Amino acid sequence: MIVLENTPSAVLLLAVGVLCGAGVYLLLDRPLTRVLLGIVLLSNGANLMLLVAGGRAGASPVVGNAPADVRMSDPLAQAMILTAIVITLALTSFVLALAYRSWQLHGHDEVADDEEDRRVARQAADNAPAYEDSDAAETGETLDEEAATVYDQVVERAERLRAQRERDERDQHGPQGGGAR
Amino acid sequence: MIDTAALWSVQTLVPLPVLLPLFAAGLTLALHRYANVQRVISVTALSVTTASSAGLMAAADNGPVVVDVGGWAAPVGIALVADRLSALMLTVSGVMLLCVLLYSLGQGIPEGEDPREGGRFGGTIPVAIFHPTYLVLAAGVANAFLTGDLFNLYVGFEILLAASAVLLTLGGTAERVRAGSVYIVVTLMSSLLFLTAIALIYAATGTVNMAQLAERLPDIDPTVRLALQALLLLAFAIKAAIFPLAAWLPDSYPTAPAPVTAVFAGLLTKVGVYSILRTQTLLFPDDDAVDRVLMALALATMLVGILGAVAQNDVKRLLSFTLVSHIGYMIFGVALASEAGTAAAIFYVVHHISVQTALFLVVGLVEWRGGSTSLDRLGGLARLAPVLAVLFFVPAMNLAGIPPFSGFLGKVGLITEGVRDGSGLAWALVVGSVVTSLLTLYAVVKAWNKAFWQEAPSGVARDLALPRSLVLPAGALVAFGLALTVVAGPLYGYAERAARTSMDGFTYVNAVYPGGSERGTGESVEVSEDEGQP
Repeated sequence: MIVLENTPSAVLLLAVGVLCGAGVYLLLDRPLTRVLLGIVLLSNGANLMLLVAGGRAGASPVVGNAPADVRMSDPLAQAMILTAIVITLALTSFVLALAYRSWQLHGHDEVADDEEDRRVARQAADNAPAYEDSDAAETGETLDEEAATVYDQVVERAERLRAQRERDERDQHGPQGGGAR
Repeated sequence: MIDTAALWSVQTLVPLPVLLPLFAAGLTLALHRYANVQRVISVTALSVTTASSAGLMAAADNGPVVVDVGGWAAPVGIALVADRLSALMLTVSGVMLLCVLLYSLGQGIPEGEDPREGGRFGGTIPVAIFHPTYLVLAAGVANAFLTGDLFNLYVGFEILLAASAVLLTLGGTAERVRAGSVYIVVTLMSSLLFLTAIALIYAATGTVNMAQLAERLPDIDPTVRLALQALLLLAFAIKAAIFPLAAWLPDSYPTAPAPVTAVFAGLLTKVGVYSILRTQTLLFPDDDAVDRVLMALALATMLVGILGAVAQNDVKRLLSFTLVSHIGYMIFGVALASEAGTAAAIFYVVHHISVQTALFLVVGLVEWRGGSTSLDRLGGLARLAPVLAVLFFVPAMNLAGIPPFSGFLGKVGLITEGVRDGSGLAWALVVGSVVTSLLTLYAVVKAWNKAFWQEAPSGVARDLALPRSLVLPAGALVAFGLALTVVAGPLYGYAERAARTSMDGFTYVNAVYPGGSERGTGESVEVSEDEGQP
C-alpha cells in the first residue's frame, strides 16, 4: 500500500495566509471595488486551502495511467476548486456590475450608511440626555450629538436632492405635467 | 436497463424540486418575450414541485429516500437525501414560494416606473428577469434542503445567493444598489467561510459526504473538531442572521419589492437555520460547550432583535427585526440538543416560514393601499380596508404567540423543554422567550394601532379597492398559517419523528449507505491507510 504523505507545503500555507490577510484588509474598506478585490483574494486563499487539503501533487488521476509506485493526485479537491472558481467568477461579475451601477448613480462606489439607522440615532439623541463619554473629552461633542449632526446633514442633502428632482421634473413636463400631479 | 417500474419509484420525486425549477428557469429565460407563457411555466413548475414535495413528505415518513445522483453510490457520488426534516422544509417552502409567485403575478407592475415617482409598489419588477431568477432561487433552496453532501450544500447556497442578489437589486435604484451591496458582500463572506470550513473538513477527514462525516468526525482530535464546528456555525450563523452577525438583515431586506422581501424573510434565513440544525444533530451531536454558547447567542438574538423592532417606525423594518428576533427561538430549540427541543425548533421553523411571509405580503398590500410603509404616514386602514386589517391582524397575533395559534404552540414546546432542561441558561432563555413574545406583541400592536386605528392622514386614498389578485394569494398564505394551527397535532407529531430520526444518527447514515456503514464492518480502506503505516 502506498503511504499517504499529507504534510502540507509551507509555501502554499504561507500563500493562503497572505491572500486571506490581504483579502480581509481590503474587505474592511469602503469603496465597493476594493471590497471586491478583497473578496477575490479571499476566495483564492480559500481555493488554495482546498488544494492543500487534497494532499501533495502526484500522478494524473486516471486509473491505469499512473505508475504503480506513484500516488495519484486527489481529483476531488480540484473538482471542488473548479466549481468554487466558477461560482466566484459569476458573483464577482455581479459585484462589479453593482459597483458600476453605483458609480453611474453617485459618481463613486462607496457604500453609504443606512438613512433609517441615522434616523433612529437622531431619535435617541433627541430623547436621551447627553452623557459624558470618552469622545467628549477630545472633541467637546458627545457621540449622540455627532450622530445628530450626521443625520441632519443626510436629511439636508436628501431634501436638497428631492427639491432638485422636483425642479427637474417641472422643467421636463412643463406646466401641464405639473398641473396633473 | 430501464423499466417503467424503476422510472416511477418514489425516488423519482427526489430530484424534481431541484430539476423542475431549473428547467423552468431556462425555459422562461428563453421565452422572455412572452410574459403569459412565462407565468404559466413558472406556476406549473412550482405547483408540481410543491406536489412532489408533499409526496416526498409522505414517503419520507417511512424512512429517508435517497438518490445517488448520476448513479454513483454515496461516498463517491453526491447523494440527495429526503428525510422527514428535508421533506417537511421542502413542502412548506414550496407552498410559500407558490403563494408569493401568485402574489407577484397579481402585482402586475408596469415596467419603467421609477419608485420615487409615485409607483405604488416601491419600484418596478422587470418581469422578464423576475421569473427565471425566482425559479433559480427555488431550485437553490431545494438543493440546500435535499443535499447529503457538504460541498453540494455550498453550491446550493451559492445558487440561492446569486438569485437573491439579483432579486434584491431588481431595477437598480440607488437604495437597492446600496442594500444589495451590503447584502452580497456579507453573504459572499459567509460563503467563503463555509468554503474554508469545507477545505479544513476535507483535510481532516478526507470526505465531504455528510453521512460519512457523521462517522468520521467523532474519531478526529476534539480540538480540531471544535474548530471545524465553530467555523461551520459561523458561516451558517451569518446566513441565519444570529445576533452578532444579524446587522445586515434589517438593512437590506426592506428595500426590495414586497414579494421578494417576503420570500427572503420566509426562506433564506431558514435555510441557514436548517443547516445549523442538520450539522448540530448529524455531524456534531453531544457537545455541551457549543450548545451553551448557542443558547447565549439565541437569548441575545431574541432580545436585541425585538428591541430593534420596538424602535422602528417603518413596518417593513419592524418586521425585519422581528424576523431576526424569532430566529433566536429556533436556535434555542437546536441548542437544547434534545429530541423534544429539536422537534419544537422544527415546528417553529415551519410556523415562522408561513407567518413571516404572510406578514410581509400583507405589508405589501398595506403599502399598496396606504401608499407608504412608514407608520407616520399610515392610518385609518381598519375602516378603509377591513379585509386588509384582518389579514394583518391574524398573522401578527400568530407571530406574537397568542393562543391558540401555531406560534403559541411552538413557543410552548420550546419553553416546556427549556424548563425540563433546567440549567441556568435554559431558564434565562425561558424568561427571554416570554419577554420577547410580549415585546413582539407590543411591536405588532403598535404597528396595528398606527396603521389601522389612528386617524387617517391626508396621504391615504379614500376609495381604492384592493385588487383581488393580490388579496387572494396573501389570504391563502394567511389561511395556510391558520391551517398549521388546525393540523398542529399531526404536524407536531411529524416534527417529533423528524427530530428523532435526525438525532439518532444511524437512520440517516444507514439510508445513505444501505447494508451497513463503514464503522459497522470495522474496516475501512481510507482509515487504515492513515493509521496503519508508520
